[in-house]
Amino acid sequence: MMEILLDPTMLSDFLSTSLRLSIPIVFAALGGVLSERAGVYNIGLEGMMLAGAFGAAVGTFFTGEPFFGVISGMFAGALTAVVLAILAVSLGVNQIVAGIAINMFSIGVTAFLSRIVFSGQANTMTLPGYKAFAIPGLVAIPVIGPVLFQQDALVYLMYATVLLLFYLMFYTPWGLNIRAVGENPRAADTAGVRVNMVRYICVLGSGALAGLGGCYLVLSHVFLFSEHMSAGKGFIALAAIILGRWNPVGALFACLLFGLFDALQLRLQFANPEVPYQAFVILPYVVSILALVGLIGKPRPPGAVGLPYRREGK
Amino acid sequence: MLAALRAVYLLKGVWAILAALLVGSILIRLGDSNPIEAYQALFTGAFFEYHGFATTLVKMSPMLLAGLAVALPLRAGQFNIGAEGQIYLGALFATWAALYLPDVLPGWLHIIICSLAGMIGGGLWGLIPGYLKAVHNVNEVIVTLLMNYIGINLVSYFVSGPMLAEGAPYPYSDEIREALWLPYILPGTDAHLGVVIGIIFAIVLYYVFKRTSVGLSLATVGHNPAAARYAGMSVRRHIILSLVLGGALAGLAGTYEVLGLKYRLFHMFSAGYGFDGIVVALLAEGNPLLVAAAALFLGGLRSGANIMQRAVGVPTTAVEAIQGLVVIFVAASVAFRYESSYLAAAWRRRKVMDAALAAERREAQDKAEEAKQP
Repeated sequence: MMEILLDPTMLSDFLSTSLRLSIPIVFAALGGVLSERAGVYNIGLEGMMLAGAFGAAVGTFFTGEPFFGVISGMFAGALTAVVLAILAVSLGVNQIVAGIAINMFSIGVTAFLSRIVFSGQANTMTLPGYKAFAIPGLVAIPVIGPVLFQQDALVYLMYATVLLLFYLMFYTPWGLNIRAVGENPRAADTAGVRVNMVRYICVLGSGALAGLGGCYLVLSHVFLFSEHMSAGKGFIALAAIILGRWNPVGALFACLLFGLFDALQLRLQFANPEVPYQAFVILPYVVSILALVGLIGKPRPPGAVGLPYRREGK
Repeated sequence: MLAALRAVYLLKGVWAILAALLVGSILIRLGDSNPIEAYQALFTGAFFEYHGFATTLVKMSPMLLAGLAVALPLRAGQFNIGAEGQIYLGALFATWAALYLPDVLPGWLHIIICSLAGMIGGGLWGLIPGYLKAVHNVNEVIVTLLMNYIGINLVSYFVSGPMLAEGAPYPYSDEIREALWLPYILPGTDAHLGVVIGIIFAIVLYYVFKRTSVGLSLATVGHNPAAARYAGMSVRRHIILSLVLGGALAGLAGTYEVLGLKYRLFHMFSAGYGFDGIVVALLAEGNPLLVAAAALFLGGLRSGANIMQRAVGVPTTAVEAIQGLVVIFVAASVAFRYESSYLAAAWRRRKVMDAALAAERREAQDKAEEAKQP
């Protein structure tokens, strides 16, 4: 393993794999940050990511253009999020229950529809997707250059999304409203913020972002849709949100950590065929749990997360 | 009239299921089949045919125990999303006890020992999130979710390595000897004793929740931890206890999948029963007796799915989607309470108004009487 650290090409190759493996989790975690900051737990990230992957596959399958795949993937993610918004924001149903319901529905319905839409050829066809391209100049930076700037369009979109969300959340009045709604909805309401409207928008945005994670799986990773291909990535994103302290940049770094361990387990698996592969497969999950336990200081979730908001005197 | 309305609200779970089936019929239509025929095949097959009903009971058994595994921690306010992993660990421990403990005991006693081993395995898998939640304040939802994957892979490792049967084409363990198989309850079918044991546990748990101090203190911790602490109960200990016991019940579900149905430990043997347990517990709103009813319904849905696929060619994944719809609609229905409905509010206002009117009338009468007396 040491030779990876010494050889710059191998090192950047390894880091590049880590980055690629973390992308779907990053998008989902960003979505989770958005909705939890507004006071809505999103356990349904997994299902929304899966819906996004399905949407991306369908959109690309019918138009032949990955761009439309991304649009329809984000739309599918947001559509799934509408269910969460209705259940959790309008009806005030327990948000964890609502999220679990969404995951189950999404797994079943995407599997069912994929057989109808792709009529059995889902596992054999290859969809067009995004290819990596270099950003001139920046790619020449040693080691880091090829890692960060020799990627495909969705990865660059991820960089932009993290920065945008960070700016939105902490430097704009909208961000202040979102945080106020998640921290103290009553005070926000008194100040004239439409609490449930803000929550709706954030939950829908959350679904679209998680859907984007699904798009990446289909359009940059495997180029086809397979049943339950999200395989628990949405759940790891939930851990990343806590590790990243409900901050888009923090969540990014937490996801990169998970990506690193994922890449590490793949490499270890490849290099040690005599050790059972399961020992490596569980690595990212074990790391997630250990990271949550070993967190320095207490994480403080948004004050009103998980609580439905009702105006008094209704 | 209002009693009827109240009944409509009480039956909201049933309406939710009907609504889910209605939306599900759109899915079946999309698959180019007739929804009425499909549902007919599903429900007759699952509940009104001998072999179909036996399959329903086979599926009900792990769903019931897993449902209780979710319902028990829910009582203390803990979400156990890890029943799937606990099922795997329970099956692993039970298989180990069945295969490697010396064959000296009578079969029934050995089965009990295997069951205890399974409960220890599942309980251990519940202890970890319970301890982390109670002591380190780590969100139990996320830990139980992630531990599912660890549990599944752990079993996968054991059956493809140390426990792999000789010459097996697929990762599975040696077969368990016949003396340790659970007895059948319907002759000529796969229906085994597991479902009876599950029902016994449901009744016991109902009693525990209703009548015992443990049940009361679990509920107190779940509803009002501050009050529980004030009354001298350890919130920490109850959280750990509830998740350990929940895990143990799920472990039992895994145990009986092995001893009652498969007779070997397979790689990836559970068809998501741990997640079905969540649905079952939610449908039943945590009431153990209703957990049994919900498990019967969901087990029927699952066994009927195969019959439906054979009869009208609707893929079984449709039933998975319908199951998701059931959860969505049932979750939504929880929000509709008679007490908070518009009509109930109108009725309450009317009562207040009546009382005010009566008071006014009485006052007027009093005045009239006063006026009469000079």
